[in-house]
Amino acid sequence: MGLRDKIMIGLGALAAVLLTRNIWVMLTGLPDEAFQGAIFRIIFFHVPAAFTCFLCFFLALVAGVVYLVRKNLQWDAFAVSVTEVGLAFGAINLISGMIWARIIWGIWWTWDWRLTSMLVCWLLYAGYLVLRRAIEETTERARLGAVMLILNFSVVPFVFFSIKWFRTQHPQPVLFGDGKMDEIYRTMLYGNWVPLLLIAAVLVMLRMRQENQQREIDALRRAAHSF
Amino acid sequence: MSDSEARNFTYLAYGLIACWVILVAYVLTLTARGRRLTRQLDNVKRMLEDRESK
Repeated sequence: MGLRDKIMIGLGALAAVLLTRNIWVMLTGLPDEAFQGAIFRIIFFHVPAAFTCFLCFFLALVAGVVYLVRKNLQWDAFAVSVTEVGLAFGAINLISGMIWARIIWGIWWTWDWRLTSMLVCWLLYAGYLVLRRAIEETTERARLGAVMLILNFSVVPFVFFSIKWFRTQHPQPVLFGDGKMDEIYRTMLYGNWVPLLLIAAVLVMLRMRQENQQREIDALRRAAHSF
Repeated sequence: MSDSEARNFTYLAYGLIACWVILVAYVLTLTARGRRLTRQLDNVKRMLEDRESK
């Protein structure tokens, strides 16, 4: 077992311990929110999942820019890895939000600015993965993918600030600006972001390994055809 | 516990389960892809070795 495997197992185990502890505290130690009741606790996954998703998309933007400058395919591998993991956390954010909305708003979905922009953002990044599948040539795929990542990121600030800029049904920020979240909830929210970040890191490492493996296979195939 | 409180807890459980289902589904996809890549890599290496030995 290599050092990278050991790091992945270590991070995964730490995430599992932290998550188990957090869920236990969430369910037994934290009081219900006065107006929303128990369903409020979904915020401890909904918001950190969104933070993780946006962080991944930001890293994908950085990787895209660096690829275009340096033309090193490792950055392309990193970009596709963080995008895929970001999409998984984006899906968690969207689905957990829908479940919360069913109880609090009485509906699963509404075409509100925040919800719609998040869905559009998710679809754009999913489109990046579709684009990659459609292009055979490695460097062309990496180049066009990097450009698309840079363009896609322009939607992220829009999603983030949509609740500030527009009248929306989505709750207003409780962490920044006029945020009034109680300290114990705030601590749990940030505390639960840590294991989600650890899980994201492990998944990105796993996905990057696969991308490198794929590149090795492609290189060997080219060598086989050149015989 | 009232009906609305029970419903609240049920949906909280759905929310937590949904988070895990999405993560586990993604991990399973990664695992399946990893197995496929390892198999492909072995096949290509074997093919190259066969060609070199001929």
